[in-house]
Amino acid sequence: MRAASKVVGLCLLLAATAALAAPSAMGAERASLTEIEKQVMCPVCGTLLQLAESPQAQREKAFIQRLIAEGKTEAQIKDALVAEYGEEVLALPQDSGFSLSAYVVPIVAFLVAAVALALGVLRWRRAGNSGRDGPTARGPKGDDAERLDADLARYDL
Amino acid sequence: MSVRSSIAVLAVLALVGLLVFGLVSKGGSRVTVGEQAPSTALPRLEGGGEGSLAAYKGRWVLVNFWASWCEPCKQEAPALEEFQRQHGGGKFTVLGVDTRDLSGDGREFVREYGLSYPQLRDGDGGAAHDYGTTGVPENFLVDPTGKVRWLLPGPVDEQYLTEQVEPFLPKEKS
Repeated sequence: MRAASKVVGLCLLLAATAALAAPSAMGAERASLTEIEKQVMCPVCGTLLQLAESPQAQREKAFIQRLIAEGKTEAQIKDALVAEYGEEVLALPQDSGFSLSAYVVPIVAFLVAAVALALGVLRWRRAGNSGRDGPTARGPKGDDAERLDADLARYDL
Repeated sequence: MSVRSSIAVLAVLALVGLLVFGLVSKGGSRVTVGEQAPSTALPRLEGGGEGSLAAYKGRWVLVNFWASWCEPCKQEAPALEEFQRQHGGGKFTVLGVDTRDLSGDGREFVREYGLSYPQLRDGDGGAAHDYGTTGVPENFLVDPTGKVRWLLPGPVDEQYLTEQVEPFLPKEKS
Protein backbone atom coordinates (compact mmCIF):
# COMPACT_ATOMS: atom_id res chain seq x y z
CA MET A 1 0.00 0.00 0.00
CA ARG A 2 2.79 2.37 0.97
CA ALA A 3 4.72 1.43 -2.19
CA ALA A 4 1.66 2.15 -4.34
CA SER A 5 1.19 5.60 -2.82
CA LYS A 6 4.90 6.30 -3.38
CA VAL A 7 4.54 5.41 -7.07
CA VAL A 8 1.46 7.61 -7.40
CA GLY A 9 3.30 10.46 -5.66
CA LEU A 10 6.26 10.08 -8.00
CA CYS A 11 3.97 10.09 -11.06
CA LEU A 12 2.29 13.28 -9.84
CA LEU A 13 5.66 14.91 -9.27
CA LEU A 14 6.80 13.98 -12.78
CA ALA A 15 3.58 15.26 -14.31
CA ALA A 16 3.90 18.57 -12.45
CA THR A 17 7.53 18.94 -13.53
CA ALA A 18 6.59 18.26 -17.14
CA ALA A 19 3.75 20.78 -16.98
CA LEU A 20 6.06 23.44 -15.56
CA ALA A 21 8.79 22.70 -18.08
CA ALA A 22 6.50 22.81 -21.13
CA PRO A 23 5.97 26.60 -21.31
CA SER A 24 9.65 27.35 -20.78
CA ALA A 25 10.57 24.85 -23.48
CA MET A 26 8.11 26.56 -25.84
CA GLY A 27 9.52 29.99 -24.90
CA ALA A 28 13.03 28.75 -25.64
CA GLU A 29 12.08 28.00 -29.26
CA ARG A 30 14.20 29.95 -31.70
CA ALA A 31 12.48 33.19 -32.70
CA SER A 32 11.93 33.90 -36.37
CA LEU A 33 11.81 37.22 -38.20
CA THR A 34 8.91 36.01 -40.36
CA GLU A 35 6.81 35.26 -37.28
CA ILE A 36 7.68 38.45 -35.42
CA GLU A 37 7.07 40.60 -38.51
CA LYS A 38 3.45 39.47 -38.43
CA GLN A 39 3.02 40.59 -34.82
CA VAL A 40 4.61 44.01 -34.78
CA MET A 41 4.04 47.30 -36.57
CA CYS A 42 6.22 49.66 -38.50
CA PRO A 43 5.47 52.77 -36.34
CA VAL A 44 6.20 55.25 -39.11
CA CYS A 45 4.21 53.46 -41.85
CA GLY A 46 1.31 52.43 -39.60
CA THR A 47 1.24 48.95 -41.17
CA LEU A 48 2.42 45.51 -40.15
CA LEU A 49 6.18 45.28 -40.34
CA GLN A 50 5.70 42.33 -42.67
CA LEU A 51 4.18 44.68 -45.27
CA ALA A 52 6.51 47.64 -44.73
CA GLU A 53 9.54 48.48 -46.83
CA SER A 54 10.38 51.98 -45.56
CA PRO A 55 13.89 52.83 -44.30
CA GLN A 56 12.57 52.77 -40.71
CA ALA A 57 11.08 49.33 -41.30
CA GLN A 58 14.40 48.08 -42.66
CA ARG A 59 16.14 49.28 -39.49
CA GLU A 60 13.50 47.60 -37.34
CA LYS A 61 13.91 44.32 -39.23
CA ALA A 62 17.70 44.53 -38.85
CA PHE A 63 17.24 45.16 -35.12
CA ILE A 64 15.04 42.06 -34.80
CA GLN A 65 17.52 39.96 -36.77
CA ARG A 66 20.34 41.15 -34.52
CA LEU A 67 18.39 40.09 -31.41
CA ILE A 68 17.57 36.73 -33.00
CA ALA A 69 21.29 36.22 -33.68
CA GLU A 70 21.94 37.02 -30.02
CA GLY A 71 19.61 34.14 -29.12
CA LYS A 72 16.75 36.24 -27.72
CA THR A 73 13.29 34.69 -27.53
CA GLU A 74 10.24 36.08 -29.31
CA ALA A 75 8.92 37.56 -26.05
CA GLN A 76 12.26 39.21 -25.28
CA ILE A 77 12.42 40.70 -28.76
CA LYS A 78 8.91 42.10 -28.49
CA ASP A 79 9.80 43.58 -25.09
CA ALA A 80 12.88 45.19 -26.64
CA LEU A 81 10.74 46.66 -29.44
CA VAL A 82 8.27 48.04 -26.89
CA ALA A 83 11.20 49.62 -24.99
CA GLU A 84 12.30 51.31 -28.22
CA TYR A 85 9.02 52.33 -29.83
CA GLY A 86 6.40 52.05 -27.07
CA GLU A 87 3.42 49.70 -26.89
CA GLU A 88 2.03 50.90 -30.22
CA VAL A 89 4.65 48.79 -31.96
CA LEU A 90 2.65 45.68 -31.04
CA ALA A 91 0.05 44.72 -33.62
CA LEU A 92 -1.99 43.09 -30.86
CA PRO A 93 -2.24 44.64 -27.38
CA GLN A 94 -0.48 42.82 -24.53
CA ASP A 95 -2.59 40.50 -22.36
CA SER A 96 -1.67 42.18 -19.08
CA GLY A 97 -2.28 45.47 -17.29
CA PHE A 98 -4.52 48.06 -18.90
CA SER A 99 -3.99 46.51 -22.35
CA LEU A 100 -5.96 43.50 -21.13
CA SER A 101 -9.09 45.65 -21.44
CA ALA A 102 -8.70 45.44 -25.23
CA TYR A 103 -9.63 41.76 -24.93
CA VAL A 104 -12.00 41.89 -21.95
CA VAL A 105 -14.15 44.87 -22.99
CA PRO A 106 -15.38 43.37 -26.32
CA ILE A 107 -16.26 40.08 -24.58
CA VAL A 108 -18.15 41.88 -21.80
CA ALA A 109 -19.87 44.11 -24.36
CA PHE A 110 -20.85 41.04 -26.40
CA LEU A 111 -22.27 39.29 -23.32
CA VAL A 112 -24.20 42.39 -22.24
CA ALA A 113 -25.58 42.80 -25.79
CA ALA A 114 -26.53 39.10 -25.93
CA VAL A 115 -28.36 39.28 -22.58
CA ALA A 116 -30.11 42.51 -23.61
CA LEU A 117 -31.14 40.90 -26.92
CA ALA A 118 -32.42 37.76 -25.17
CA LEU A 119 -34.43 39.82 -22.68
CA GLY A 120 -35.80 41.94 -25.52
CA VAL A 121 -36.88 38.88 -27.49
CA LEU A 122 -38.53 37.35 -24.41
CA ARG A 123 -40.44 40.55 -23.70
CA TRP A 124 -41.45 40.88 -27.34
CA ARG A 125 -42.74 37.29 -27.46
CA ARG A 126 -44.69 37.80 -24.24
CA ALA A 127 -46.22 40.98 -25.63
CA GLY A 128 -47.05 39.12 -28.85
CA ASN A 129 -48.81 36.30 -27.00
CA SER A 130 -50.88 38.60 -24.81
CA GLY A 131 -51.89 40.56 -27.93
CA ARG A 132 -53.10 37.37 -29.62
CA ASP A 133 -55.19 36.33 -26.60
CA GLY A 134 -56.74 39.76 -26.25
CA PRO A 135 -59.52 39.79 -28.89
CA THR A 136 -60.64 36.26 -27.97
CA ALA A 137 -60.93 37.12 -24.33
CA ARG A 138 -62.67 40.42 -24.90
CA GLY A 139 -65.68 39.66 -27.08
CA PRO A 140 -68.68 41.94 -27.58
CA LYS A 141 -71.01 42.13 -24.62
CA GLY A 142 -74.66 42.81 -23.99
CA ASP A 143 -76.53 44.35 -26.95
CA ASP A 144 -73.48 44.09 -29.18
CA ALA A 145 -73.25 40.33 -28.57
CA GLU A 146 -76.91 39.87 -29.38
CA ARG A 147 -76.67 41.92 -32.56
CA LEU A 148 -73.56 39.96 -33.65
CA ASP A 149 -75.36 36.65 -33.07
CA ALA A 150 -78.34 37.90 -35.05
CA ASP A 151 -76.14 39.02 -37.94
CA LEU A 152 -74.33 35.73 -38.03
CA ALA A 153 -77.62 33.83 -37.96
CA ARG A 154 -78.91 35.93 -40.88
CA TYR A 155 -75.95 34.88 -43.03
CA ASP A 156 -76.36 31.28 -41.92
CA LEU A 157 -72.75 30.97 -40.93
CA MET B 1 -37.46 60.46 -18.64
CA SER B 2 -37.72 56.76 -17.77
CA VAL B 3 -34.74 54.75 -16.53
CA ARG B 4 -34.66 52.80 -19.80
CA SER B 5 -34.55 55.98 -21.89
CA SER B 6 -31.78 57.39 -19.68
CA ILE B 7 -29.69 54.24 -20.18
CA ALA B 8 -30.22 54.40 -23.95
CA VAL B 9 -29.20 58.09 -24.06
CA LEU B 10 -26.12 57.37 -21.92
CA ALA B 11 -25.13 54.47 -24.17
CA VAL B 12 -25.43 56.64 -27.30
CA LEU B 13 -23.45 59.46 -25.64
CA ALA B 14 -20.72 56.99 -24.60
CA LEU B 15 -20.49 55.67 -28.16
CA VAL B 16 -20.28 59.18 -29.64
CA GLY B 17 -17.68 60.10 -27.00
CA LEU B 18 -15.56 57.08 -27.94
CA LEU B 19 -15.75 57.98 -31.63
CA VAL B 20 -14.77 61.60 -30.96
CA PHE B 21 -11.90 60.47 -28.70
CA GLY B 22 -10.70 58.12 -31.43
CA LEU B 23 -10.73 60.87 -34.02
CA VAL B 24 -9.05 63.44 -31.75
CA SER B 25 -6.32 61.09 -30.52
CA LYS B 26 -5.58 59.79 -34.02
CA GLY B 27 -3.80 62.80 -35.41
CA GLY B 28 -2.52 65.91 -33.68
CA SER B 29 -2.78 69.25 -35.43
CA ARG B 30 0.48 71.07 -36.08
CA VAL B 31 1.35 73.76 -33.54
CA THR B 32 1.23 77.17 -35.18
CA VAL B 33 3.32 80.30 -34.83
CA GLY B 34 2.33 82.14 -31.64
CA GLU B 35 1.16 78.98 -29.88
CA GLN B 36 2.79 77.61 -26.74
CA ALA B 37 5.20 74.83 -27.71
CA PRO B 38 4.49 71.43 -26.08
CA SER B 39 7.05 70.65 -23.40
CA THR B 40 6.76 66.93 -22.77
CA ALA B 41 9.49 65.40 -20.60
CA LEU B 42 11.53 62.91 -22.62
CA PRO B 43 14.50 60.68 -21.85
CA ARG B 44 17.87 61.96 -22.95
CA LEU B 45 19.32 60.09 -25.92
CA GLU B 46 22.60 59.72 -24.08
CA GLY B 47 23.61 59.87 -20.45
CA GLY B 48 20.28 58.88 -18.89
CA GLY B 49 17.76 61.09 -17.13
CA GLU B 50 15.06 63.23 -18.63
CA GLY B 51 14.91 66.58 -20.30
CA SER B 52 12.30 68.83 -21.82
CA LEU B 53 11.86 72.14 -23.58
CA ALA B 54 10.91 73.64 -20.22
CA ALA B 55 14.50 73.18 -19.05
CA TYR B 56 15.57 75.78 -21.65
CA LYS B 57 13.06 78.47 -20.69
CA GLY B 58 14.70 81.86 -21.06
CA ARG B 59 16.61 80.75 -24.16
CA TRP B 60 15.71 80.62 -27.81
CA VAL B 61 15.46 76.95 -28.80
CA LEU B 62 15.45 75.44 -32.26
CA VAL B 63 13.60 72.14 -31.75
CA ASN B 64 14.71 69.74 -34.47
CA PHE B 65 12.79 66.47 -34.95
CA TRP B 66 14.96 63.91 -36.70
CA ALA B 67 15.62 60.19 -37.12
CA SER B 68 18.72 58.29 -38.11
CA TRP B 69 16.95 56.53 -41.01
CA CYS B 70 15.91 59.84 -42.59
CA GLU B 71 18.08 61.01 -45.50
CA PRO B 72 17.18 64.75 -45.32
CA CYS B 73 18.09 64.64 -41.60
CA LYS B 74 21.58 63.53 -42.57
CA GLN B 75 21.83 66.44 -44.98
CA GLU B 76 20.77 69.10 -42.47
CA ALA B 77 22.72 67.76 -39.46
CA PRO B 78 26.04 69.50 -40.35
CA ALA B 79 24.26 72.84 -40.87
CA LEU B 80 22.54 72.55 -37.49
CA GLU B 81 25.81 71.69 -35.78
CA GLU B 82 27.55 74.66 -37.39
CA PHE B 83 24.68 76.96 -36.35
CA GLN B 84 24.94 75.64 -32.80
CA ARG B 85 28.68 76.32 -32.76
CA GLN B 86 28.08 79.90 -33.92
CA HIS B 87 25.09 80.77 -31.74
CA GLY B 88 24.76 78.13 -29.01
CA GLY B 89 25.13 79.22 -25.40
CA GLY B 90 23.12 80.93 -22.66
CA LYS B 91 20.65 82.51 -25.05
CA PHE B 92 20.17 79.91 -27.74
CA THR B 93 20.46 76.19 -28.37
CA VAL B 94 19.44 73.62 -30.90
CA LEU B 95 17.50 70.81 -29.21
CA GLY B 96 17.42 67.55 -31.16
CA VAL B 97 14.52 65.14 -30.73
CA ASP B 98 15.23 61.68 -32.13
CA THR B 99 11.80 60.37 -32.98
CA ARG B 100 10.48 56.87 -33.84
CA ASP B 101 14.03 55.62 -34.06
CA LEU B 102 16.13 52.93 -32.44
CA SER B 103 18.14 54.48 -29.62
CA GLY B 104 21.36 52.73 -30.73
CA ASP B 105 20.97 54.06 -34.28
CA GLY B 106 20.23 57.53 -32.90
CA ARG B 107 23.37 57.55 -30.76
CA GLU B 108 25.42 56.35 -33.72
CA PHE B 109 23.99 59.21 -35.82
CA VAL B 110 24.99 61.76 -33.16
CA ARG B 111 28.54 60.38 -33.09
CA GLU B 112 28.83 60.18 -36.87
CA TYR B 113 27.84 63.83 -37.38
CA GLY B 114 29.60 65.07 -34.24
CA LEU B 115 26.46 66.74 -32.90
CA SER B 116 27.19 68.69 -29.73
CA TYR B 117 23.73 70.04 -28.97
CA PRO B 118 21.41 68.30 -26.48
CA GLN B 119 19.40 65.35 -27.73
CA LEU B 120 16.15 63.88 -26.41
CA ARG B 121 14.61 60.58 -27.36
CA ASP B 122 11.00 60.28 -28.55
CA GLY B 123 10.80 56.54 -29.30
CA ASP B 124 7.01 56.26 -29.52
CA GLY B 125 6.63 59.54 -31.41
CA GLY B 126 4.50 61.11 -28.64
CA ALA B 127 6.30 64.46 -28.72
CA ALA B 128 6.25 64.51 -32.53
CA HIS B 129 2.49 63.91 -32.29
CA ASP B 130 2.12 66.76 -29.77
CA TYR B 131 3.86 69.12 -32.19
CA GLY B 132 1.72 67.78 -35.03
CA THR B 133 4.64 66.79 -37.21
CA THR B 134 3.93 64.78 -40.34
CA GLY B 135 7.45 63.47 -40.87
CA VAL B 136 11.11 64.19 -40.29
CA PRO B 137 12.91 66.48 -40.25
CA GLU B 138 10.78 69.32 -38.88
CA ASN B 139 12.06 72.43 -37.13
CA PHE B 140 10.36 74.76 -34.64
CA LEU B 141 11.95 77.92 -33.27
CA VAL B 142 10.69 78.55 -29.75
CA ASP B 143 11.20 81.91 -28.02
CA PRO B 144 12.35 82.39 -24.40
CA THR B 145 8.72 82.40 -23.18
CA GLY B 146 8.04 79.03 -24.79
CA LYS B 147 6.04 80.26 -27.81
CA VAL B 148 6.63 79.00 -31.34
CA ARG B 149 7.99 81.87 -33.44
CA TRP B 150 8.89 80.06 -36.67
CA LEU B 151 8.55 76.58 -38.09
CA LEU B 152 9.65 74.62 -41.11
CA PRO B 153 8.21 71.19 -41.97
CA GLY B 154 11.35 70.05 -43.79
CA PRO B 155 15.13 70.24 -43.69
CA VAL B 156 17.11 73.43 -43.12
CA ASP B 157 20.49 74.39 -44.58
CA GLU B 158 23.06 76.99 -43.55
CA GLN B 159 21.64 79.68 -45.79
CA TYR B 160 18.10 79.10 -44.56
CA LEU B 161 19.21 79.21 -40.92
CA THR B 162 21.14 82.45 -41.51
CA GLU B 163 18.29 84.12 -43.34
CA GLN B 164 15.28 82.81 -41.41
CA VAL B 165 16.39 81.92 -37.88
CA GLU B 166 19.34 84.17 -37.13
CA PRO B 167 17.30 87.42 -37.34
CA PHE B 168 15.22 86.25 -34.36
CA LEU B 169 18.23 85.68 -32.11
CA PRO B 170 19.87 88.23 -29.81
CA LYS B 171 22.63 90.09 -31.68
CA GLU B 172 25.56 89.47 -29.33
CA LYS B 173 26.89 85.90 -29.04
CA SER B 174 25.46 84.39 -25.90
